[in-house]
Amino acid sequence: MNTSYMEAALLLAGILFMLGLISVLIRRNIIFMLISVEIMLNAAGLAFIVAGTRWVQPDGQIMFIFILTMAAAEVSVGLALILQIYHQLKTLNSDAANFMKG
Amino acid sequence: MELTFYIAAAVAILSTIMVITRFNLIHALLYLVVSFMAVAVVFFTLGAPFMAALEVIIYAGAIVVLIIFVIMMLNLTQEDVQREKEWLRPSVWVGPAILSAVLLAELVYVFMAGDTVQAGAVVAVDAKVVGLALFGPYVLGVQLSGILLMAGIVGAYHLGRQKKKVIHRFLQERSAAS
Repeated sequence: MNTSYMEAALLLAGILFMLGLISVLIRRNIIFMLISVEIMLNAAGLAFIVAGTRWVQPDGQIMFIFILTMAAAEVSVGLALILQIYHQLKTLNSDAANFMKG
Repeated sequence: MELTFYIAAAVAILSTIMVITRFNLIHALLYLVVSFMAVAVVFFTLGAPFMAALEVIIYAGAIVVLIIFVIMMLNLTQEDVQREKEWLRPSVWVGPAILSAVLLAELVYVFMAGDTVQAGAVVAVDAKVVGLALFGPYVLGVQLSGILLMAGIVGAYHLGRQKKKVIHRFLQERSAAS
């Protein structure tokens, strides 16, 4: 359509990314933090799609496929870590896992 | 098409706000599915129908179902929701939220004030072009993401393994004998 359309799409990506960032900063439940990371990855993928549309090239969509793959691998490993933390500490509070001093 | 885009964008923002303010995990996940579907509609209006399908199948399907399985394994109750409410006191979220809102305002300002580039009409980039590029110049990336997924599976199995609590009597006898 026109430029405002693309800008609105990029703005949507920025807003979604910022919402995910807020959530990952304020939440203490690790599952919510993982969900927020998913939101941020999705917003980054949206920005790639907008770029791919702007130049009518498939590269943006391919980058989104790679982000999708990475998100799937990340969420499976993250959920396994959450299960282990829950079984060790009996809580979902991310502050409880500070004994690693990392 | 433009109206569709704006409605879907509004739905995406609203449902994402609902995701990050819920106390109950399942409610948050339901809103998360709505958010992913709205983003899929946005992809469709941006001329990426294949990615819209992948968004629904992988994000709203596979990843959210994976999270739901883990929540079911954790066996959370109503008192966990109450504890979640305690963890989210205003003193915790006001500071980061204000700072992030400042960043967002800066982003909006940059978009509004920046010189606009001329873009043509939205042209759909269909699945055929994506597939040709994926297995043409990007074939190494496809191989690497296959390795990444394999590492994810092995890592998730290794991390998610629990110490065995009940040992079969045959194994007990063997460990006692040795």
